[in-house]
Amino acid sequence: MIDESLARLSDTFFTITVVVYSLAVVAFCAELAFGRPARAQQLVAAGGDRLPAAPSTEEPARARRLGSLAMLLTVLGLLTHAAVVVTRGMAADRLPWGNMYEFTTVVVLVAVLAYTLLAVRAPELRHIGVFIMGPVVVAMALIRLVLYVQAGPLVAALRSWWLAVHVTTATLGFGIFFVSGIVSVLYLVKSRREERAVAGAVPGPSLLDRLPSAAALDRTAHRTAVFGFPIWTFAVIAGAIWAESAWGRFWGWDPKETWAFIAWVVYAAYLHARTTSGWRGRPSAWVNVVGLAVMVFNLLYVNFVSTGLHSYAGVS
Amino acid sequence: MTATAPPRPAAPQVPPSRPSAGRRVLNRLLRWWRQLTAMRTALVLLFLLAVAAIPGSLLPQRSLSQNNVNQYLVDHPTLAPWLDRLYLFDVFSSPWFAAIYLLLFISLIGCVVPRAIEHARSLFAPPPTAPRHLLRLPENTELPAPLDGPAALDVVEEELRVRRFRVVRRDGRSGPELSAEKGYLRETGNVLFHFSLLALLLGLAAGKMWGYEGSILVTEGQGFCNSFQQYDTYSAGPLVDSGDLAPLCVDLTEFQAQYEDDLTAASYTADIDYQLDGAAGPPTTIGVNDPLRIDGDRVYVTGHGYSPEFSITLPDGTAFTDLSAPFLPADQGTMASQGVLKVPDLGAGDTDQLAIEGFFAPTGALQGGVLTSVDPRPLDPQVAVVVYTGYLGLDSGLPQSVYSLDQTQIDRGLLTEQGRANLAAGESLTLADGTVVTFSGVKEFAALQVSHDPGQLWVLGAAMAVLAGLLGMLLVRRERVFARAAPAADGGGTVLSIGSLTRGSADTGPRFTALTDAVQAALSARSAAAPAAAPSLSEEAPPS
Ligand code: HEM
Repeated sequence: MIDESLARLSDTFFTITVVVYSLAVVAFCAELAFGRPARAQQLVAAGGDRLPAAPSTEEPARARRLGSLAMLLTVLGLLTHAAVVVTRGMAADRLPWGNMYEFTTVVVLVAVLAYTLLAVRAPELRHIGVFIMGPVVVAMALIRLVLYVQAGPLVAALRSWWLAVHVTTATLGFGIFFVSGIVSVLYLVKSRREERAVAGAVPGPSLLDRLPSAAALDRTAHRTAVFGFPIWTFAVIAGAIWAESAWGRFWGWDPKETWAFIAWVVYAAYLHARTTSGWRGRPSAWVNVVGLAVMVFNLLYVNFVSTGLHSYAGVS
Repeated sequence: MTATAPPRPAAPQVPPSRPSAGRRVLNRLLRWWRQLTAMRTALVLLFLLAVAAIPGSLLPQRSLSQNNVNQYLVDHPTLAPWLDRLYLFDVFSSPWFAAIYLLLFISLIGCVVPRAIEHARSLFAPPPTAPRHLLRLPENTELPAPLDGPAALDVVEEELRVRRFRVVRRDGRSGPELSAEKGYLRETGNVLFHFSLLALLLGLAAGKMWGYEGSILVTEGQGFCNSFQQYDTYSAGPLVDSGDLAPLCVDLTEFQAQYEDDLTAASYTADIDYQLDGAAGPPTTIGVNDPLRIDGDRVYVTGHGYSPEFSITLPDGTAFTDLSAPFLPADQGTMASQGVLKVPDLGAGDTDQLAIEGFFAPTGALQGGVLTSVDPRPLDPQVAVVVYTGYLGLDSGLPQSVYSLDQTQIDRGLLTEQGRANLAAGESLTLADGTVVTFSGVKEFAALQVSHDPGQLWVLGAAMAVLAGLLGMLLVRRERVFARAAPAADGGGTVLSIGSLTRGSADTGPRFTALTDAVQAALSARSAAAPAAAPSLSEEAPPS
């Protein structure tokens, strides 16, 4: 059943992907580092100013070249990452998201894809690359070390058309929220810095200067969350429909369901907070960060610590 | 609707006369109501709901596993009773959880009903009048037009109508003006979304009230009928009348579990016959992800296992054959199972009862004399049994598990061990009194569950509406465009001020530029056709 050589090929692609992503991180770092001297000069020139220097639109050529290289590496990694998933699916002859290893691999793929699309559409967002790709590399390494399982067939409960619908949308939603949450973190950091600058503290040159403006980060975080929320809503509904035919009830407050619900409520709260006076800006960004924490907790805690999927197949 | 902040406590003032008591109560209530329906309260309630759900996932819940709760009560003798008093083992049916979501939904009603009414009105009303300072809108521009005011606005109106705006023209204080709006679906989506959440809650509540669920283990060749007496476990809503259960009976003819080469379970299927209201339905196969659905009831396979079969021959030659009981799998991987067969009516007396307690291995192997299972398939079924005789205590009035012996009966000497052995299929154990216990074979059992939830379809519909509303609310932009024509300062032609206000999108600039470019082009075309009007046309495109 399992095509061993394809399965091995998938594993090789995984290793290549981690290497390529790591190189992308290095390139992103170098971009930030080499972008700095020019900024530092500007800051000196604008030393007496109480307002932060206007963001430089002109990047040093070296930084620009490094940035393009980093994006190129990211896209290359994206391709080998896709190859990991495709070959894995071909090896087992089924949709390649049937266990934690495969699911998390696809989630990270979606996150990188979401980032790449953002960076292509709004080039200034390219500068957040290191903050996306850094966690991505860490996540990939952990996935490989902790979650890896050999390619194999699916357990009976997962042999359903709803696996395609539910899990696919769940990975999409998760990947998008991943990017959204990180952008909110960057917003929190950057807006603090901008506030300080406004308050008169002349900040030393910092990597943060090369990030997009706080307002742009906030907008990006919100728009990605707005994009992810209906997808997540659909994933939860699809899960409920599947549960109705697999476990005999569409909702049973099983830990996984409970945490999916909590995440949904937190993201609804985030969207609300954005339009509630007193909650705009930093407080609502924190809600988005909590949302990401809930998603990660759901993935890790519920699958490892509490009685997860095993109890479903058994007689209780 | 605007997110009105709760009214602040007013500075102490001396009223001319104290309002009547009734009036004061009313005011107080009104104030609470406003506070409850404020956006900020909704936000806090949403958080509370999220936080309140957490203990439901961290502590064992009765709705999921009564056993786990009992174990927790035993393990934490001081803490657990307190948790229990706080409903922490029944979080999702607890009064405080209900209080949070009911408050949230009351808040939602108070929030969305006025908004829905206002929206319904706006659907039939013309777009609002243009604000006085158009150039203060987020997107705005000024265009010189070589036409007179109304003609220039005609051009704008045309461009907006092509873009499906609803347009109204008015004569404002400072000249003819125009208001246009589109994207009403956004607000419709918002109202639909929030009302559908309410509908969803009602559907859930109906399911809780009138729904039920019963589970039973059925060995091949046996069956059951849909009544609470027959189920091993059941739960039912408070409004379920046990006489009203669908008259459904199900017989299990055969159960099959299929495995991949690596022993991953590939499929479970149960061939069943059923009768509804006495009328037999067609033979049906149900399985994982594939229940039987009839008349509002559903029958599921939720698990499986083995029922070892025994025959018992008494010394006087009386034989009891085909005695079996489900043994519960202790390990899903190897299907090593444990259970007990209780035979209360062997002889005449109360003390002539017999029980076979045992460990079953579908594919047995002896490891250091101890039977273990190495494969979930019944390739070489074996049992390790201990046979007791005496008084089982089944009629003592105390509930006892069907799947284990009452240890106190053994401790009190009412049940005594008569022998033990490891048996392969066909082998026997002869007790001291000459009774022969034979392990004759094995059948499969299926864990079947009957579920009834009258709210289910309603909930599905509401969920779909939630999603549709959400898509409308998040994907549709509401755009308002205003324009005003004023005579140009230098006498020739008109100056058009155009401004727009968009909700639900970040990059409004390009669309606005496209609109004004189109207006500009149309204006040029018009004035080329009627060259009389204006001298200069060579303005640049507006800054975006
Ligand atoms: C069951 C709980 C609720 C959920 C899950 C929920 C969810 C949402 C979501 C996802 C949005 C979209 C926000 C956006 O446009 O980006 C929204 C908008 C809105 N909700 Fe709720 N909501 C709930 C309860 C309430 C309550 C109780 C109120 C009133 C107090 C309310 C008032 C509003 C308003 C006014 C908007 C529109 C905000 C805007 O368009 O700017 N919601 N809601």
